Amino acid sequence: MNKVYSRPALLKRKAFHHCAGCGHSVIHRLVAEVIDEMGIKEKTVGIAPCGCSVFAYDYIDVDFAESAHGRGAAVATGLKRAYPEAIVLNYQGDGDLAAIGTAETIHAANRGERLTTIFVNNAVYGMTGGQMAPTTLLGQTTTTTPFGRDPKIEGHPLKISEMLALLDGVVYIERTAVTSPAGIRKTKKAIEKAFRIQMDDLGYAMVEILSPCPVNWKMGVLESWQWVDNEMVKAFPLGILKDTTGDRYAH
Amino acid sequence: MAAKGYIEIDQVICKGCEICIAFCPKKSMSVSDKINAAGYFPVVFNDGSECTGCAICAIVCPEAAIEVYRE
Amino acid sequence: MNKVLMDGNSVIGEAAIRAGCQCYFGYPITPQNELTEYMAENLGRKKGCTFIQAESEIAAINMVYGASLAGVRTMTSSSSPGISLKQEGISYLAACELPSVIVNMSRGGPGLGSICASQSDYFQATRGGGHGDYRTIVLAPSTGQELADLTQRAFDLADKYRIPVLILGDAMLGQMMEPVEFKHEAPEVPPVRPDALRGAKGRPSKIVKILSSNPRDVEELNWSLYRRYQLIAEEETSSDSFLVDDAELVVVAFGIGARVARGAVKNARGYGMKVGLFRPITLWPFPSESLQALSEKTKNFMVFELNMGQMLEDVRLALGDKADVFFYGRPGGVVSTPAEVLRVIARHYYQRGCNRA
Repeated sequence: MNKVYSRPALLKRKAFHHCAGCGHSVIHRLVAEVIDEMGIKEKTVGIAPCGCSVFAYDYIDVDFAESAHGRGAAVATGLKRAYPEAIVLNYQGDGDLAAIGTAETIHAANRGERLTTIFVNNAVYGMTGGQMAPTTLLGQTTTTTPFGRDPKIEGHPLKISEMLALLDGVVYIERTAVTSPAGIRKTKKAIEKAFRIQMDDLGYAMVEILSPCPVNWKMGVLESWQWVDNEMVKAFPLGILKDTTGDRYAH
Repeated sequence: MAAKGYIEIDQVICKGCEICIAFCPKKSMSVSDKINAAGYFPVVFNDGSECTGCAICAIVCPEAAIEVYRE
Repeated sequence: MNKVLMDGNSVIGEAAIRAGCQCYFGYPITPQNELTEYMAENLGRKKGCTFIQAESEIAAINMVYGASLAGVRTMTSSSSPGISLKQEGISYLAACELPSVIVNMSRGGPGLGSICASQSDYFQATRGGGHGDYRTIVLAPSTGQELADLTQRAFDLADKYRIPVLILGDAMLGQMMEPVEFKHEAPEVPPVRPDALRGAKGRPSKIVKILSSNPRDVEELNWSLYRRYQLIAEEETSSDSFLVDDAELVVVAFGIGARVARGAVKNARGYGMKVGLFRPITLWPFPSESLQALSEKTKNFMVFELNMGQMLEDVRLALGDKADVFFYGRPGGVVSTPAEVLRVIARHYYQRGCNRA
C-alpha cells in the first residue's frame, strides 16, 4: 500500500483549538499544504488577525506575527514594503477585514499591495461568542441580532469582495467555499494562485472563503456545511470576481 | 476493478465531527464508542470496508487527522 | 560641517534619513506636514526605501509595526489628535518589542483644538496613552539643533532597547527655521536587525506576539519589559541645567516652553534675580534624581509649560515635600512670551523673599 495522503508537513502536530467542523481548520491545512508544495516556507511571513484564527501561528509552521484587530492589511503592507522579498500572507476573518479593517483593506487593495490575502467569511464573530458580522445574512440570528438581521436596522450583508473588485490595483479575487470536496479542491487552487500572483509581482490578490461556524450558527456540523452551500452562496455567490491574469496560470 | 485502500484516523485529534462519514462514498467509517481524552467520540475505519483510497475523507477532514493508503 | 537653515519639521526628516530610516508612513495633519512632504520628496525615491501616505494615522502606525517586524528603521509622525489614533498601535509596538520612532508635533487640544504650539500631550506621551503597562522613551527637543540630534538618538535608543521612542515637539519648533548642523551621514547600507522576521530560512519559524491563553506568560513579559525600563532609567535619563548653581528659584520647563523660559531667566538675571532653568530632555525617564539634587540648594520651583499642568505632576512627585512647587501655564495653543513669564517669575521671586535669601 502506498501512502496517498499525509498530514501536511507544515501543520504543527497539534489538535486545532477550533470547534469540530470549523472551516478555519480546513483552510489552515490548505495554506500549509500550498506553502509546502510551492516550497516557499523560507520566505513566507504570515500576519495573524484577531478572532478564531488568532492562533494561526500555532498551526502553520512559517514565520508569523500577531496584528491588532483589523490592521492586518496595514501591517502586511509595512512588512512587504520594507522587505519585498518576503512572501506575505495576510489571514483575516470577516470582522477583521470588513468591519474594523475596512479602510486598511480597501487602501491596500487600491495601492495594489503585493500581498496574499485569505479572507475567511463565516458570517459571524466566532471568537467573541457569535455576534453579528458585516457579512451576516438577512434574517440570520446572532447574539447581537437576536431577532434576525433586519436591513432597516443593521443594513445588508457587506459585499466587500465585489467592492474591492472595482479597484484597479486588484488583480485577482475569487470566492470559494470549503464545505465540499470540490469546494476544498477549488479553494486550494485559488490559494495557490493568490500566492503566485504575489510572487510574480502583479498586484493585490485575495481569496474569500465561505466557512462554516457550526457552534455560533447553532447547527450540527454537517448542517452548517450544507448551510454554506445552500444559503450563504445566495448572498455570496461563488466564483471569480476579478481576474486580470488572463492565460498566465492556465495549466 | 477498484483499487483497495485503507485509512488511519488519529484518535487523539479527531473531534468526531463526522464530516468524513457524510462524504465517504463507501461507508467506510463509523463513530467509535470509546471517548477520547478531549471528550470526543472519534471516527474509526471499518475494517473490511470497500475503501478505494479516494482520500475524500482526508480532504474534508478539518483536523487533518486522516492519512490514506492505496494499492 | 556646514550649517543649514531649515524648518524644524524638515530637520527631523533629514535627520531621520541620515539615521538610516528606511520606511516612513504618515498622514497629513497641521502643523507637521512639512515633515511628511520632506519624506515624500527625499525618502520616497531613495533605493530600498518606502514613503507611504497612509489612509489614516491608524494605518500608518500599523505599517510602522509591519516594517519594524521586517527589521528596518521606521517612523511615523503626526500631531496630537493623530497621535491619539496611534495609541493602540504604540501599545502593540511596546508589547512586541518593536523598535520604532513616533514624532508628535503637538498642537492645542483637547479635541480638534488649535493648530498652534502646545505642550498638552505630556500625559499622553509619558503615561502611555495606549492600554496596558508599558513605557516609551520620550525625548523633548527644545531647539532646531536638538531636533536633529534627538532624532538620531531616538533611532539609536529604539534599536538598543527594542522600544518605541516618542519625539515630543510642537507646532512652533516644527515651523521655526534655525541653523542646524547634521552630525551624521546616512549609512551606506541601512541596518537590518538580527531579529527581523523575514522567513524561516535555516532556523525554526518564529512568532512575534504577546497573546497567550496563560496570563502568566503575559505577566512574565511585563516583568521583563519593566526590568528593561529600569535599565533605561539608569542609563538614558537626560536633562539640561542653565544658571542653577546659585539659583534661589528654579524654573522647570521642557521643549518650546524651555525656549521661552530661558529667555525669561536670562532677563531675570539681568534684573539681579538669581533664577535658573532646569530642562528635562528625556520626559520619560523623567530626570527626578537631577531635580532632587537641585532641591538641596533651593526650595522654590516654578513649573512653566504650555498646558494646564502636566509635567507639574512629575515635578511634584520627584520633589515631594522637599520643595515649594508652583505652576504657570497657558493651554490651547497660546504661547507665552519671555516677558510674560518674567513677570510671573519676578512676582514669585519677591513674594517668596528669594532676594533676601
